[in-house]
Amino acid sequence: MNNMIEIKDLTFEYNREEDGKNIPALSGVDLNIEKGSFTAVIGHNGSGKSTLAKNMNALLLPSGGKVYVNGYDTADESKLWHIRQAAGMVFQNPDNQLVSAIVEDDIAFGPENLGIEPGEIKKRVKESLQAVGMYDYRKKAPHLLSGGQKQRIAIAGVIAMRPECIIFDEPTAMLDPYGRKEVMDTIRKLNKEEGITIILITHFMDEAALADRIVVIDEGKIALDGTPKSVFVQVEKLRKIGLEVPIVTEIAFRLRNKGIHVPEDIISLEEMVNYLCQ
Amino acid sequence: MLRDITLGQYYPGESLIHKLDPRIKILATFIFIIELFLITEFIQYLWILLFLGMVIIISGVPLKFMLKGLQPLMIIIILTFGINIFMTKGEVLWTLGPLNITREGLHQALFMGSRLILLIIGSSVLTLTTKPIKLTDGIEKLLNPFKKIGLPAHELAMMMTIALRFIPTLLEETDKIMKAQMARGADFESGNLLKRAKSLIPLLVPLFISAFRRADELAMAMEARCYRGGENRTRMHELEFHYKDIIAFLVVLCLLGIIVWQRLR
Ligand SMILES: Nc1ncnc2c1ncn2[C@@H]1O[C@H](COP(=O)(O)OP(=O)(O)O)[C@@H](O)[C@H]1O
Ligand SMILES: [Mg+2]
Repeated sequence: MNNMIEIKDLTFEYNREEDGKNIPALSGVDLNIEKGSFTAVIGHNGSGKSTLAKNMNALLLPSGGKVYVNGYDTADESKLWHIRQAAGMVFQNPDNQLVSAIVEDDIAFGPENLGIEPGEIKKRVKESLQAVGMYDYRKKAPHLLSGGQKQRIAIAGVIAMRPECIIFDEPTAMLDPYGRKEVMDTIRKLNKEEGITIILITHFMDEAALADRIVVIDEGKIALDGTPKSVFVQVEKLRKIGLEVPIVTEIAFRLRNKGIHVPEDIISLEEMVNYLCQ
Repeated sequence: MLRDITLGQYYPGESLIHKLDPRIKILATFIFIIELFLITEFIQYLWILLFLGMVIIISGVPLKFMLKGLQPLMIIIILTFGINIFMTKGEVLWTLGPLNITREGLHQALFMGSRLILLIIGSSVLTLTTKPIKLTDGIEKLLNPFKKIGLPAHELAMMMTIALRFIPTLLEETDKIMKAQMARGADFESGNLLKRAKSLIPLLVPLFISAFRRADELAMAMEARCYRGGENRTRMHELEFHYKDIIAFLVVLCLLGIIVWQRLR
């Protein structure tokens, strides 16, 4: 079994009380996430990204279709805690996911919920804080930390549960550029060094470009799916969906339109510099 | 600044008092308060002072921090003192206009004032030397026997933990909203009581909306981290009694014994 997450023909509808109409937030989504991979999910506001993420660890259950995490059906209630332990989640607002007034106690929260014995919890707290480079802050109060630091604490709190996969729902949206870099470096390190499967929902195209694969969601459906290069070359289609492309791709696109021959698959600054200076 | 008010006012340290089991400290604080109310004569405060002095010295918390706890309650202390000094009938010592200061009043005021001050300092020792998480753990454990009659011990402790975590965040937010509204000409400081209360509406509405949104997101995040109530939950630091806890508790009981004995005599 090489898939961390398998989604088959997933439909999801929120119950809307005000008008009684249920408009599907997701419809007919098929998606497999390979173990150890790094996938970015992009799409404009309200396209269904968060709904998709919450379906991946049984915070929401499908209205139609199936979601399997590590082979377990998310609708199977007896496997609920396995599923949430295997697929951790980091949310957008760093303030609203920390539970305890002291950093190390917060990291312990997940393992404590899993009923792990105290000695092992202490070991995991230490290792998790070291993995995100926040061990020196273990005695601090979260409200005194920067946004990027708080988000790294939230990440440590998830890795203390030893997940195989972490779903990030716009983890950098509320951070300054420095905080964004801190968090992105941490995410990449977890993927490369710890082999944790990463699903990164983001609206920053330069962040999505770092993934192995990009999935574009539009109106609750998958609109594009492929490597960053193969997705970003479709500048016009992305625009129609209401998405930007990375600035370098944008420049390459405009240069091409002006008749200057620039290869289509340039998506990083480095590649652009190399090409233009050869 | 508002963000300086870190709640719980814990003073980190490694002293014997810091290391005592929180359950013992909570119970000891209760007994200490009972002792204060059992005292009938000034001279008996010596026992309390001796005990409290010893605890403060062992704890290594500077006296300055202990006294800080008195500041916000100064009005109550002054009020207690004032009411007692002027309202007690007896042998008149001085006359200030319509008010008489009597010998009994002076005695009563000093007596009640000391009781209040000792009470506040005594309970600050608990919060200054106990980590918030230990405090809530201790309360949870002490309330556990009452679960049988339907008291949600774990939930209460969890609520306190979350409150301690979010009070600074919400204070900060209040500060931010207040500044934002003031920049738009809101006035929180002038006018009569009704007008001032009304001016709080543009502050409280966004604050409540944001607090509810936070609660919603936090609940989601806790669920994602496998939270499912107190059942089968372990703790990183399990509470356990040691000899020092028993000895500390005996000391507090001895003090109670002395005071009760003196009272009965
Ligand atoms: N709790 C909810 N109740 C009802 N509708 C919701 C709820 N959350 C999201 N929606 C709707 O579902 C759609 C997808 O939302 P969401 O998954 O949050 O999108 P995204 O994360 O891509 O911005 C939107 O139309 C949104 O209005
Ligand atoms: Mg979203």
